[in-house]
Order: sequence, then structure tokens, then C-alpha cells
Amino acid sequence: MHNPLNKALPDERGHFGQYGGMFVAETLMGPLQALQQAYEQYRQDSGFIAELNDELHHYVGRPSPLYHARRWSGHLGGAQIYLKREDLNHTGAHKINNALGQALLAKRMGKKRIIAETGAGQHGVASATVAARLGMECVVYMGAEDIERQKMNVYRMRLLGAEVRAVTSGTKTLKDALNEAMRDWVATVDDTFYIIGTVAGPHPYPAMVRDFQAVIGRETRQQIKAQMGRLPDELVACVGGGSNAMGLFYPFIDDADVGITGVEAAGDGLETGRHAAPLCEGQPGVLHGNRTYLMSDADGQIQATHSISAGLDYPGVGPELAWLKDINRAKFVAVDDKEALQGFKDLTRLEGIIPALESSHAIAYCSKLAPTLSPDKVIVMNLSGRGDKDIHTVANYEGIVL
Amino acid sequence: MSRLNRCFSELKAAGRCALVPFVTAGDPEPGVTVELMHGLVAAGANVLELGVPFSDPMADGPVIQKASERALLHHTSLHDVLGMVKTFREQDGNTPVVLMGYLNPIERMGYDTFVEAAKEAGVDGVLTVDLPPEEAADFADKLKRAELSPIMLLAPTSDARRIDKICSQADGFVYYVSLKGVTGSKALDIDSVRDKLSEIRTHTDMPVGVGFGIKTPEDAATVAKFADAVVVGSMLVTQIEDLAIEDIVPTLSKSLAELRAAMDA
Repeated sequence: MHNPLNKALPDERGHFGQYGGMFVAETLMGPLQALQQAYEQYRQDSGFIAELNDELHHYVGRPSPLYHARRWSGHLGGAQIYLKREDLNHTGAHKINNALGQALLAKRMGKKRIIAETGAGQHGVASATVAARLGMECVVYMGAEDIERQKMNVYRMRLLGAEVRAVTSGTKTLKDALNEAMRDWVATVDDTFYIIGTVAGPHPYPAMVRDFQAVIGRETRQQIKAQMGRLPDELVACVGGGSNAMGLFYPFIDDADVGITGVEAAGDGLETGRHAAPLCEGQPGVLHGNRTYLMSDADGQIQATHSISAGLDYPGVGPELAWLKDINRAKFVAVDDKEALQGFKDLTRLEGIIPALESSHAIAYCSKLAPTLSPDKVIVMNLSGRGDKDIHTVANYEGIVL
Repeated sequence: MSRLNRCFSELKAAGRCALVPFVTAGDPEPGVTVELMHGLVAAGANVLELGVPFSDPMADGPVIQKASERALLHHTSLHDVLGMVKTFREQDGNTPVVLMGYLNPIERMGYDTFVEAAKEAGVDGVLTVDLPPEEAADFADKLKRAELSPIMLLAPTSDARRIDKICSQADGFVYYVSLKGVTGSKALDIDSVRDKLSEIRTHTDMPVGVGFGIKTPEDAATVAKFADAVVVGSMLVTQIEDLAIEDIVPTLSKSLAELRAAMDA
């Protein structure tokens, strides 16, 4: 049987070049190695793969469409833009692909309880959803600031039966929620599985999350070949931790003719320092178990980040993306809050699709890229999530009280 | 002979267990730290463990997290911490000082720059919490070449193969994390700690310290019967939260003296 979860990198200790690795306290090394062994076993297990594919099809609704955004492309007057519609997945974003994969692995490992960290709440909702589906206990760690900003997703998680624990340490956002989830896991690992939501964290998480998300890129390859008879010229995805980006990019990495661009959050503007763009403006360092590009100050303290999109509001990035940057296989740009909001409005008005603010960063970059390319060129953009969760943020930004 | 080796061999000859207090440098403000270090030595500390504040202390419980946050309000940097050790050394040339912290501040300074500065300041050992042996070889070698000790952690989850690997890189002493959890957690299981220490001693002749979860003089006295060092952090640091600045040194010294007395009884 074809095994979709094959891989060349990382090496056996989780390195992508100088990035990745396992930078955790000794207490976590045993549990991480156990996870690595279980993942190595089940990713080659035909029963596991069949169960995952069945759930992806019948529960998540895959394959997600690859949609030619004709009106938007025509409006921009250049390349044809195709949207990979991860917004149409169950729970409204790509996060469910990974949450489902890890939860099924947790079940096989005999774990009764899952924990997760969340920023905007999409990964928390996805984890709470699969926990409900599989009858597992679920605790979601979320920064106190984010709980305030994302009340609707907090309530969704509670409706799904998850316990949402407020994290009040540090900057009270996503990075602190990840710290707290790790602290829970180190004490509860015997019965608990930690579902990390992005392609970061200690090995094997970056590779495992990428593999579970790579279904996005694999479908895209088949769909664009079926629709256009060839591979795309450019791939574009937003990058916070980088799971939707790695999911789309990974199956195309060996296709040298396919350009790859990741779009980070420039927040108030890269020049202001108030942004979340470690690949564009940061430098290598170690956080959350892996070496990668980080936003840290001259003393090595991790800096507070800013983006209108809570899902991109993270000071690190997946180590494989750091490696793709260094070997020049992918380029990384940044788009500020205002440009992202314009992208949000453009897609809503021109295509009748309300995108997540995260994905709106990729949209804004496509708006710049497409007009520079001829109409026979093809861009595939990952529309990683839908924008219902962001309606209040957008209204707020415009001074409208709903 | 290094200060750490001398300290442990003298204690061993006297049949005593080392008492190792942990405090976060710069908590609650940088001006307190050096005086506190001297106070703890006077109260019976044999080795000092000085925490380097970090914004994301993933292996620490709430008490040490808050200490880091208080120190960072004053922007206490790794550079500042080395300055404190240097000042401490002006009056105390004997007591070993171990820095305990996370890797990113050291990476940002650069391994070579850090090792040279730490040596010059009078640091004796460096415990980097998020640097397991798989990633530590380069840094541990640089430390050893400068005659500084890489202090490595052992955990309840470390199997025989890992214990060997860790002990081959470590120097000075090894630090056994006595429970599955973060610093300051509850429920120390003395029997399992004793068993694990016996296991560790079949792999190494290095002194073995025990920390994480030692809260009372009774805990300290019990662990002192089979460990070479007792590390206490959260039970001291938690007191800082509610103390006036001028009360910190006398109060923490008194707590430590009680531990010392219990261990020596």
C-alpha cells in the first residue's frame, strides 16, 4: 500500500540542518522517544493509515476543493489564483487534519487524556472536537489575553466538553500556553498525549505535524494536474508556526520549478518592531524544544509579538521552514495588519468567501504577486481557515460595535 | 582540583551531605542577589545555584516562573548575572557557584563568549535545563576545556542507556530530578528516589544531588541520608514574594539554617 507519510528529513534526532532537534529537560526525553517510536510504528501501519484516511474523508470532509478564484484573479489582472479550500474542513480550518492524526495515535498508544495549547482557538477547537469524537478527556491551555480576545472559540471548546485553562504567566498568549501544556505533560505523561498544533516543538512533533498536514499538498498536486494538466508556478501560504504552509509546501519541495513563498505577519510594520515575523526579522535561537528563527532581544529573552491575527502571533516558527529559508528553497515575506485586512475584504467581496485573518496575509501577498505574473501563470494559495471567528476583530478594527 | 570537586570530597570525608540553595538572580531586584548569596553561605549552603532569568522557563513551576518575571522587570540579563558572580567572588573564593538556566540566552551571547566570561567571573558549573545530552556535546566540551563543569540532569524517566550517556558528559555532580514534573511540585516519593539513586550509583562515581520537590527540613533530612547534595529552590523563592527587601536575606538564611540543622541532626 502507498504510504503517504514517508520522509527524508529530519535526521533521526529531528534535525533539519542546524534547526529542529530536542531541546527539552531530561524528564521529557523518555516520553518524546516513546512518542517517536509509536509514530514510526503507526505511520507505516496500514490499519492506522486506513483509519486516518477514512476519518479524513467522512468526518473532516476531505478532499477539500481546489477552487479557481476567477473573479479575483481577473480583478488583479495577472496570474490565475487557485485556493486550496481548507476553510471548508469540519471546524473551519486545516488544524483538524493534524489534531485528528495525533488523537488517533494517542488512542493507539492507550492514552485517555489529551492536552493542547491554542492561540486563536482553532487548534483548541480541533482538539476538543476530536476528543469528543473519540471519547477522550481534553484540556486546552490558552493565554488569558487570548481567552479575552476569542470568547466564541472558548465557548465552542467548552460546549465540546473540553476544559479551557487560562494561562496567566509571561505574555499570557500562545507561547505561554505552550509552556504550560509542556508543564502539564511532563507530570502526566503516563496517561496523557500532548497534541501540539503546529510544526514546532521538540522532535518528533515538527515532522509528525507536517506529515499529518501534507494531505493538503498531496491533494493539491492531484487537483491542479487534473484541472490544469501541470504543476503550479507558485505556492503561497501564511506562516505563524507554519503548519498550513508545510502541509501545502512539503509534497512540492523536490519540484524545483515550483516557487514557494511563506507570508509572515508584519503587524504594525516590520520597522516598528511590533510584528510576528521571525523568518524575516529574527535570528536563530532555541525555544519550545527546537532550534529555529526566533524573535528574541539582545539578552536572549523571547519578545512579545503582535499581529491582528492571533493565529500568527507567535515568536518562533517551524524548524523545517527555517531550513527551507537557509537553503533558499522558500522565500519569506511579511504583510502588515492593514494589508491583511484589505485582503480579507477583497476575497469577501470578490469571491463571496470570508477568509480567516491568518489566511488574509497570504491573500494580501497574492494581490501583490499576481499582477507581476502573466495570466498563464498559476498560483496556488492555501486558504487555511474561514473568517467567522474574526468578524468581531474586523468590526472592532473599523470601530464598529456588533 | 576544581572548587566543586574539592567541596564534594571534603563533605564526603566529613560524612556530610551538601546543601544547595537555588535563588533566581535579580529576584526581586538585582541589588539583593550578592548579599543573599553571602547570607545563604553563612547559613550553611555548600554550593550556590543561581538561576538565570528567562522569559519562557518551560521546566519551572509557578514559583520560579514568577521569580524570573520579577527579575526580568529589572532586565536582569545573563551578562548581569555573571557580574553578580564576579562581585560575589571578591569576598568568597571557596563556595562553588552553578548557573542554572535555559539555552537561548547562552546561544544569543555565543558559546565561546559565554564560557570565557563565566570562567572569568568565577562560575564553576553550568546547568542548562533544556540541553539534553543529544544536543549538549559541543557546549559541554567547551565548558570542560575551560575547566567549567557541565551539570546534567537525570530524571525518573532516564533509562540505563541514558544514565550512561549523561554521566559521560557531566562533570562535578549530576542532578537527579526527583519527580515527573516541574520545579516546586508536590508529592516527593522518597522510596522511588532512593531506589533510583542506587541505580544511578551503579553507573557513576560522581556525587549525585537531588532536587525538585524538597520542601521541608524533614524532606531534606531524609534525602540527605542517601544523596550527596540536596537542592532546594521553590521553598526559598516562594518566601521572596511576600517579603520586604530588607527581610529577604535574614528570612531565607533562617530557612536554610533550619534545613542544615535537620540534615546534620
